[in-house]
Amino acid sequence: MNNFQYSRATDVADAIRLLNSDPDAKLIAGGTNLIDLMKENVERPSRLIDISRLPLGKIEETAQGGLRIGALVPNSDLAYHPQVEQRYPLLASAILAGASAQLRNMASVAGNLMQRTRCAYFYDTATPCNKRSPGSGCSAVGGHNRNHAILGASPSCIATYPSDMCVALAALGALVHIAGPTGERRIALEDFHRLPGDTPHIDTNLGASEMIIAIELPPGGFSRNYSYLKVRDRLSYAFALISVAAALNLEGNAISEARLALGGVAHKPWRSLEAEQSLRGRAATADHFAHAADLLLQGASAASHNRFKIELARRAIVRTMMQAASAAPQSQAHKKIA
Amino acid sequence: MNAYVGTPTSRVDGRAKVTGSAKYAGEFTAAGLLQGFVVEATIPRGRIARLDTGEALKVKGVIDVFTHANRPQLADRDEAWKDEVAPEGSPFRPLYDETIKFNGQPIALVVAQDWETAKFAATLVRVDYEQQPFVTDLEAELGSAAELDKPHEPRGDAASALAKAAVRHEADYVIPTEHHNPMELYATTAVWEGDGRLTVYDKTQGVQNVHKFLCGVFDKNPDDIRVVSPYVGGAFGSGLRPQYQVVLATLAALALKRSVRVVLTRQQMYGLGYRPMTIEHVALGAAADGALDAVSHEAIAVSSRYEDFARNDAGWAEQLYRSSNSRSSHKLVHLDVSTPCDMRAPGAASGVCALECAMDELAVALKLDPVELRLKCYSDRDQSEDLPYSSKQLRECYARGADAFGWSKRNPEPRSMRDGKELVGWGMATGVWEALQMPVAARIVLTSNGHAEVSCAASDIGTGTYTIVAQVAADALGLPIENISVRLADSTLPQAPVEGGSWMAASSAHAVLAAAEDIRRELAALAKSMPGSPLGGVDATDVTLVDGTIAHNGEHSHSVSIADAMRHGGLERIEKEKLNRFDEDKSHARNTHSAVFAEVKVDEELGVVRVTRVVSAVAAGRILNTKTGRSQIMGSVVWGIGMALHEETVMDHRFGRIMNANIAEYHIPVNADVYDIDVIFVDERDDLINRLGVKGIGEIGIVGVPAAIANAVYHATGKRIRRFPITLDKLLD
Repeated sequence: MNNFQYSRATDVADAIRLLNSDPDAKLIAGGTNLIDLMKENVERPSRLIDISRLPLGKIEETAQGGLRIGALVPNSDLAYHPQVEQRYPLLASAILAGASAQLRNMASVAGNLMQRTRCAYFYDTATPCNKRSPGSGCSAVGGHNRNHAILGASPSCIATYPSDMCVALAALGALVHIAGPTGERRIALEDFHRLPGDTPHIDTNLGASEMIIAIELPPGGFSRNYSYLKVRDRLSYAFALISVAAALNLEGNAISEARLALGGVAHKPWRSLEAEQSLRGRAATADHFAHAADLLLQGASAASHNRFKIELARRAIVRTMMQAASAAPQSQAHKKIA
Repeated sequence: MNAYVGTPTSRVDGRAKVTGSAKYAGEFTAAGLLQGFVVEATIPRGRIARLDTGEALKVKGVIDVFTHANRPQLADRDEAWKDEVAPEGSPFRPLYDETIKFNGQPIALVVAQDWETAKFAATLVRVDYEQQPFVTDLEAELGSAAELDKPHEPRGDAASALAKAAVRHEADYVIPTEHHNPMELYATTAVWEGDGRLTVYDKTQGVQNVHKFLCGVFDKNPDDIRVVSPYVGGAFGSGLRPQYQVVLATLAALALKRSVRVVLTRQQMYGLGYRPMTIEHVALGAAADGALDAVSHEAIAVSSRYEDFARNDAGWAEQLYRSSNSRSSHKLVHLDVSTPCDMRAPGAASGVCALECAMDELAVALKLDPVELRLKCYSDRDQSEDLPYSSKQLRECYARGADAFGWSKRNPEPRSMRDGKELVGWGMATGVWEALQMPVAARIVLTSNGHAEVSCAASDIGTGTYTIVAQVAADALGLPIENISVRLADSTLPQAPVEGGSWMAASSAHAVLAAAEDIRRELAALAKSMPGSPLGGVDATDVTLVDGTIAHNGEHSHSVSIADAMRHGGLERIEKEKLNRFDEDKSHARNTHSAVFAEVKVDEELGVVRVTRVVSAVAAGRILNTKTGRSQIMGSVVWGIGMALHEETVMDHRFGRIMNANIAEYHIPVNADVYDIDVIFVDERDDLINRLGVKGIGEIGIVGVPAAIANAVYHATGKRIRRFPITLDKLLD
């Protein structure tokens, strides 16, 4: 671990001012990922700006009937909030699929968006990694890439983004509220994370001196027909090989609206408008879901060890969509896959 | 009297452990304690061309940085570096010279006022290497596999019997490298006692092994160093040999004349020993009725370039199953890696896994029930040595295990059993391990108030040695267990070897019995000599210690209280120390056995496997403590689940580096992966092995479990996965 300065921000403006004055500073809230990376010398911030005491911990209804979630709400509080449990159970389920109870208690919502890849080469400073050390090369391309990206990757990076929560947020069409030196802005969660391209060291579209202040959920929560399925190498406490967030609005057996997002497959939660629209007005059948899966997985390509993920994703999508359609969502407490 | 032996006595150290008062090696402290942090090599082979510690030394709070260039004197002969369980070869010497032998090798120790400073300064140590070509991939180097000098004598002619066999099965099974990952990190606190003397608190499975090693490496008198390790948070074999942190902490403490603690990180522990990757080639030939006629088992395993680590992977079939023709071999491939080490049931966990998968495949080829095949080949004699067993209730294990599991309801057809969307598979396997025993000494101090202290240098690595020692002593001395205090794992205490090989329960128990016997004899003499003693005419061998008295064996009412007898003799305390050696009986084979039955449920579409039931029926002589014993077996079964489905150390052979050196990415089972585990201890009376009929159960619980699960996966899916672990991608193919 490197030595660093520590500042406690007095308010959002102060945090932004501190960020602006030190390009190597980092914000810290729960620290569940940042501290790990600092211990491994992957992150070497000159300064930690502690925002954990800022008043960004509320969950409030918006005028539009949605929900505004403060950046510092712990993941656990969000998952167990009555409004989330009742109106956005897909989000609650995705959060509970991730990490452990202890980590969820510490981790903030905004920090979840900012967590970095779990690629082993990114973590190991003795190996080349374009994300950690731009221009040094990607060790995963010719190395161990069993759990690497099948979509949206580039020759310079095939890492995946590990969040479960954000897969559900992407499916729900969440917005990210951002504060910066010139004021506030909001962007769709889908547009928050970037594909690696030739700048894999830049994970998100958050500006250097900007910070997340809230996540906004639109009114529609798909609380009846949803499911979050996470397929992994053991039944709990492992990152997803594939995860699927599925949400449907049904009229009878006909789909009026479908949402579908994948985790563990790309540098960001993966959605396709085309795939979702292909389901509109169609019956909720395995065949239609398989067709949507094919659309969502268009352009998928494997590295040397992860070809299985493409077919696994296809099967997981159909399974999750069927769970959603039959209002029998995957339980995160009982690990048997329904 | 057996008030305690054989009962589910709770751990005598349980309260200390759950309340945190039990202190581990890294928790001892001393005035002015310094902290060391290890800098590791990041290449697998080469030389240190330049090592610059200048920047690190400038950091405020850094006391010194030790490297090969400035280290104090260390022994220059291999003999000094060979501990009591060292394999053939030239042991690794930390900070000895500029040679790099494996990735993760310690190359410097930064010592600072506090751990964070040491850790930070460690990042400032600059090193340039002269890299040399290296190889870390076993499968790329199979051509260089070489037999150890003494191949096992074959029985008959396995090759031609195999060629003639009515039914044959032959395949390779691949067991990956696995790491122990004990919960407690490797740690040493070396406390400077002045005048060149140290008390070394170390995480180890053998304090006297470490003591002798340190005295040799640092050329110290035995009285100068004391090694203490009262509690060990799991080791599983990784602590049998002294690990490098004990050398580094001792080195720094002696050089600085101050107390120094070195704690390894989880990642650094992947630079210690491991279960070596093996490729197990098993060929079986049988008559049409299932009688085995040929067994051939060849193992090829990883070792380092500097030591030959080899265990019995391939010899179990030869011993276990009746077959006129049998051969085995164990070859090593020397790679640019650290030396492997023992890991729970070393050799057997891997070798029997391959054997028992192969037996299952043979049963399928023969259209025989897997249990029936084992019974067809069952032998009441050790087939390798042609000896009877001191006891062998494996047949009963099959029967009791099968019954508890409901094996008779199994439809033998693969893919024939379902539960909703999941395929159901039932598999079984045999387990086998040795019943070893070693010379151990114990000292008992009995005080006239009816308390006794039992002491021995043996370690309790979490298995319950404190508890069984207290149980045996309480019974032998006729005292309530609350009146027994136990001291273990201090190199100044009576002799004990490393705690491993499942030998410590039997060995320490009989050392206690032997010392208690001397106490009893002295008490009997005292009691007889009392005026008007009710034991006056009784032979000294005919009394027993019970309920705080010295009593006639046949008639307990003829007794004298221990307190009265000691008062009569004017004794406040009686102290007896005894080294127990077991008879060198070569006329019997001594083994433990098990039958493991496993149920898996497989979501075939997604490849997800759940191990929903395991029944483990174990025959291991008398079980000293049925509570801690059951925990031992349950823990072993959980590990077996990990071996079957999760565990694999992944190395990138381009860098010769382990890429999952942490317990987030190195998967072991979590609670969600563990369902019902039913442990059955089959009655196995053994009057030959030792007085108590005890065999030891540290290892046997894991052997066979991975095979039972793999066989269940085959039964569920029709897919035979021979490359472990059975991850879901292998089932999707």
